[in-house]
Amino acid sequence: MSTSIFFEHLVQEDRVHRSIYTDPLIFELEMTHIFGGVWCYLAHESQLPRPDDYITAQLGLRPLIVVRDSGGKLRALFNRCTHRGARVCRETRGNARTFQCPYHGWTYFNSGKLRGVPWPEGYACDFSEGKYNLAQVPRVESYRGFIFGTLNADAPSLADYLGAARQPIDEWLDRNPGGRVVLAAANRLKFKGNWKLAYDNAADGYHVVFSHRSLLETENRHAADPTRGMSFYLGKPDEAPMYVQYFGRGHHFKDKRPNLERRPGALWEIEAAQPGMAAYEQLIRQKLGAKALRALDLAASEPVNINIFPNLSLLGNHIQVLQPLAVDETESVWYATAIVDEANELGGMADAVNAIRMRTQESFPNFGEVDDAANFEEIQKGLAACEDEWVYMHRGLGIPGRVKALPDGTLKAPATDEVFMREHMKEWQRLMTTRPNIQLSR
Amino acid sequence: MSYVDDRFYADIVAAFTGWQRPELAVTDVATRDECRRLLEWEARLLDEARYDDWLALYAEECVVWVPATERPGDPRREVTVFFDDRQRLQDRIFRLRTGKAWSQVPPSRTVRLVSNVEVFRAAGKMMVRSNLVLHEFRSGEMRTLAAWCAHRLSGGKIEAKQINLLERDQSLRNPSILL
Repeated sequence: MSTSIFFEHLVQEDRVHRSIYTDPLIFELEMTHIFGGVWCYLAHESQLPRPDDYITAQLGLRPLIVVRDSGGKLRALFNRCTHRGARVCRETRGNARTFQCPYHGWTYFNSGKLRGVPWPEGYACDFSEGKYNLAQVPRVESYRGFIFGTLNADAPSLADYLGAARQPIDEWLDRNPGGRVVLAAANRLKFKGNWKLAYDNAADGYHVVFSHRSLLETENRHAADPTRGMSFYLGKPDEAPMYVQYFGRGHHFKDKRPNLERRPGALWEIEAAQPGMAAYEQLIRQKLGAKALRALDLAASEPVNINIFPNLSLLGNHIQVLQPLAVDETESVWYATAIVDEANELGGMADAVNAIRMRTQESFPNFGEVDDAANFEEIQKGLAACEDEWVYMHRGLGIPGRVKALPDGTLKAPATDEVFMREHMKEWQRLMTTRPNIQLSR
Repeated sequence: MSYVDDRFYADIVAAFTGWQRPELAVTDVATRDECRRLLEWEARLLDEARYDDWLALYAEECVVWVPATERPGDPRREVTVFFDDRQRLQDRIFRLRTGKAWSQVPPSRTVRLVSNVEVFRAAGKMMVRSNLVLHEFRSGEMRTLAAWCAHRLSGGKIEAKQINLLERDQSLRNPSILL
C-alpha cells in the first residue's frame, strides 16, 4: 500500500484509526513530517531577554538549545556534539557565550560555530570547515515574543503559517499593558497518552461539562447564582454565543468571550474564588477607582483557547506547550504569564494584578487539566482493544447549516462541534503524506 | 473570605527563608517528639482520606505551599504547584468528594513515610523540617513522590506547610491527591 493510500484509510471523513495514537512507527514519522515539517513553538522571548541567554528545549524529540547569541540573534542549536553526539548543555537555562562538551571538550560559540577542539594537532582535517559546527534549525522566527522554528525549507513564512490565527493572538496580547506578557514559572504535567489526544481536546467544547464536572461544581459551590468559571457550558452550550472556528493549517480557536457582556469587569465577575482575591481587589479599587475593573479583568482568565498546530495553545492567561515524549507519553506545560506595566497604565497596581493572576492560573491545571489527563490516559488504555479500530469525531457532520464557511476561508461552528478536529486531522493526513524539505544549517 | 493579603504573603515568604540555622535548633526531646507525632498523625489522616480531621490540624488562617521552581521564590510573582489557603483546601476536598474528579476515580491509595524530623525555633514559631516519601498506588501502578517539608507550628496547629518536591520544576503525573 502506498503511503498516501495508507493515510487516506487512517483518516476518514467521520473517524480516525486508533493506530494514529498507538503506532510507534507513525509516531516516528510524525517527528519528521509534523515536528520537522511545520513551524513549531520553541520558546518565549521573555525567557531570553539578554544576549547569551539560553534555555534547553525540544523540537519533536530533537534536543535543542534555544539561545539569543552574543550578536543578539535568536537561534535553535541542536544540543548534540558534532563529534560523538553527547548533549553539550545539560542545564535547563542560563547565560553562556560558549558551550563545551563535557565528554571530549569540543567547544562551540553560542552561534553554533566550533571554537576549538583539544589537541587539534592530532587531526588531519580543517576545523574551520562549517561541517564541524553544531547543527541548527535553519529557520527561527519570532511572532510578538513567541519563538518558532522549522526545519522545512519550503515552509511559508511564520506570519503566513499563523494566518488567520494572528488576530486572536494579537487580541490576547493587546489586552495586556504594552501588548505583552512575560513567563512566570509553570504548572507541568505529563500523561501516558499520545500528544494528539491533548490537541484534539484543545478546542473541544463537548467534554467540558463531563470531564470538568468536578471543577464546575467546585467553582460554583459558594456563588449565590452559579455563573462562575465555565458555567456557560451548562444547559445547551450550542445555543450560547460562544463558537469554535477553524483557521486552516491545523490551527483553531474556541472563543468564549461572546458569552460575556462587553464591559470592564464582566470577566472579573465570573472568576472563582482564589487566595488573595478579596484583599487585592480592595487595594486595586481604592487606588484606581473607576479604572479598577480593567485591571481586575487582567487578573481573570481570558476565555479563549487559541490553538497553533501542533504544540502551542493560548488558554486563559496560559501559554500551554505540548511536548511529545513517546507515542504514548506527552508533557503538557502550562506556562503562567505575568503582566509588565512599563508605561504605568495601571497606576502601580501591576504587582497586585499579578499576585491574583498567579493564583487564578494555578486553578485549571490543579482542578481541571488533571481530569482531562486522566481521560487521555483512559483513551490510550481503551485503544489497546485492537479489533475495535475507529475513533469518532463526527459531531456536527452532515447537519445542514451547522458549520459555516466564512468569506475569509475559515469555518465557524457551535461550541461542541468536532469540525475543528476533523479539519486538523485532514491537515495531519496531508502532512504525513508530503515529504518535507528538511534542511539543517551549521 | 480569604485572609490572604500582601502582608500574609510577605510574612510567609519571610518565615520560610533562612530558618534552618544550627543556632535555632531545638534539642529538647519532648518538644521534638511532640512535633514528630503531629507530622505522623497528619500523614495517617491523609493516607486514610480523613480530610476534615486533617484540616482540623491547621490553624484557621493557614496555607499549604508547593513551589514549582528550584528555589521557592515569591508566590506573588510566579505560579506554584499550588498555594492553597483554607478555602482552596476546602475546594480541593469538595472536588474529590464530588465523585466526578476523574483523576481520583478510583482514588489513589497512599502510604506516607515521615522521617528526619528536625525542629527549629524562629521568630517565636516552631519550624519543623522533615523528609517525606509518598508511595501512591493507582490504576495498576506504583509511584513515588519525595520531598522535604517545612511546617510552621503555633499553639499546636499547623499555620503553614511548604512541600519541596524533588521534581518541583519538572512535570508531574496526575498530581491530584492532597499533599
